[in-house]
Amino acid sequence: MTGPLLQIENVGKRFGGFVALDGINLTVAHGERVGLIGPNGSGKSTLVNCMCGTLQNETGRVMFDGRLMNGMSAHQRARRGMARSFQLPRPFVTLSVAENLRIPLLYAAHARRGHHLTHEEIENRCHELAGLVGLAAKANRLPRDLTQVEMRKLELARAVAVDPKLLIADEAMAGLSQSEVDEIVALLITMNERGVTIIMIEHIMRAVMAFSQRLVVLVTGKKIADGPPQEVVSHPEVIGAYLGQ
Amino acid sequence: MRSLVFYIVSILVGAALFGFARWLGNDYLFFAGYTVLQFIVLATAWNILGGYCGYVNFGSAAFFAAGAYSSVALHKLAAGIDRYVPESLAGLAHTILPLPIPVLIVIGGIVAGLIGLGTGYLTLRLRGAFFAIATLALAVVLQTLIVNWDFVGGSRGAYIIRPSEVPIIGSYIQYLFLIMLVLSILAIIAARAIEQSRLGYGFATIRDDETAAEACGVPTLRLKLIATTLSGALMGMAGAPFPYYIGYLEPGSAFGLAYTVNSIAMPMIGGTTSWVGPLVGALLLGTLQQIATVTISSAVNLLIVGLLLVGFVIVAPKGIVGLVQDFMRERGPEGSEPTWRTRLATFANMRPGAR
Repeated sequence: MTGPLLQIENVGKRFGGFVALDGINLTVAHGERVGLIGPNGSGKSTLVNCMCGTLQNETGRVMFDGRLMNGMSAHQRARRGMARSFQLPRPFVTLSVAENLRIPLLYAAHARRGHHLTHEEIENRCHELAGLVGLAAKANRLPRDLTQVEMRKLELARAVAVDPKLLIADEAMAGLSQSEVDEIVALLITMNERGVTIIMIEHIMRAVMAFSQRLVVLVTGKKIADGPPQEVVSHPEVIGAYLGQ
Repeated sequence: MRSLVFYIVSILVGAALFGFARWLGNDYLFFAGYTVLQFIVLATAWNILGGYCGYVNFGSAAFFAAGAYSSVALHKLAAGIDRYVPESLAGLAHTILPLPIPVLIVIGGIVAGLIGLGTGYLTLRLRGAFFAIATLALAVVLQTLIVNWDFVGGSRGAYIIRPSEVPIIGSYIQYLFLIMLVLSILAIIAARAIEQSRLGYGFATIRDDETAAEACGVPTLRLKLIATTLSGALMGMAGAPFPYYIGYLEPGSAFGLAYTVNSIAMPMIGGTTSWVGPLVGALLLGTLQQIATVTISSAVNLLIVGLLLVGFVIVAPKGIVGLVQDFMRERGPEGSEPTWRTRLATFANMRPGAR
């Protein structure tokens, strides 16, 4: 556990002439809870995509758990313990809730355990994860039978099924009611207490403040603030970015 | 245990079918049955890539023809050993050639499987309509190559003179029927095994959402290559005995539109996410086409396929299996005792989510 879990150095990404990320540096320690905020179009999701391998960064490097991730595909990163949930839930629509949870257990979790899980281990873990997010009663249902908040929970549970060291929750609370937001925050904190490092990307400031030990702010592809949440939200540049100069 | 029962039942059904056909003693039944069985293999093969992975292949005829023409090439080689094989190897070639059909099927499978692997590599980044167009292009390219390859007859085609009888079984058409019957049973067993395996779950995630699949650790590119190879190999295996069935093979028949259309329509009508779908679709459409051929005309075959396909797309887009599945999904509350419906669903491996 020496050194940071995630180290992003000078990461840049362009889409044609548009600079989505401009030399981002970010370090995340083991067990940390980091909030990543920024206005729409600030590059949060692009940064997540570059971290997870959905996109490849053009400059700089991504180090995870002491290994260079550049050039690695998303599934290789997932197998090394980097999991993510998506901004818009992307369940496997033709598979049941339990089967959705089974996929990472079949394809990713074994990589870190050093052996393929037995059928019994997979079933037990599925049951445990469905219970953790309150979906045990709907384990055999299809995603289309789930409510919005249940869909978000499935998304998180599927990411946790990867058995991750780092979980990146990309706007896991968008469109949820206040009580549902509280439920998801509590769930993320529970996961963090179980040893999972979490980066939470969110627009809901109440949730961000309740969850984060550290806050990072991106604006137009650049990091403008990084520090304790209370300090960051009173930073003049952050206020300017959110409220206008 | 369930799989063992399935294997035994499959073999028994196959044996009963062959025994029944022999008891009827009508050779036309074997001719027609061969075609239906061939379509079972083709539809099952197409479904591995198109149904399980969601990659629509419009080049089925190319893989089928690759298998057929590999047999023609080996047949020609056997017929002209002294012309084509160096003298030092002629003795060995005379001992090996001509190859028995089961070996030709394996070779056809390898050739078409390699073409499938190549297609997979070349189209890794393509999805949807673009992938479909690329596979169509493959068929055109391959047909052009065959038309210009004189050794296998080029555009004028090649005659294959088959023996009239084989030991034990007797009639050659019965032998071909038996071979295709075994092949279709093997194809169904393979498809079912894939569906229930880790590989099958991986394929399903590719069909549903590739980005999410990657995030779950699924090596989507590798699985797509496996799917294109397996699917291509099975299609090639279906095509390998075809020259011996038809007697005269020319590019127009080997690359016929009927193979492409049927191998897509049969799983679509039967249902694409279970091994049962292509089987049901091929049995239904294949039989209907054979009946139409003898009662009306073979020219209406594609019309039947087209009309049924349009009808199913409108009325039952999930195919026959989807209709049955919706019926079976009307089950009791969670945790209730399994009923005959859920048991049937489990046997057919129709997952709750299967389309």
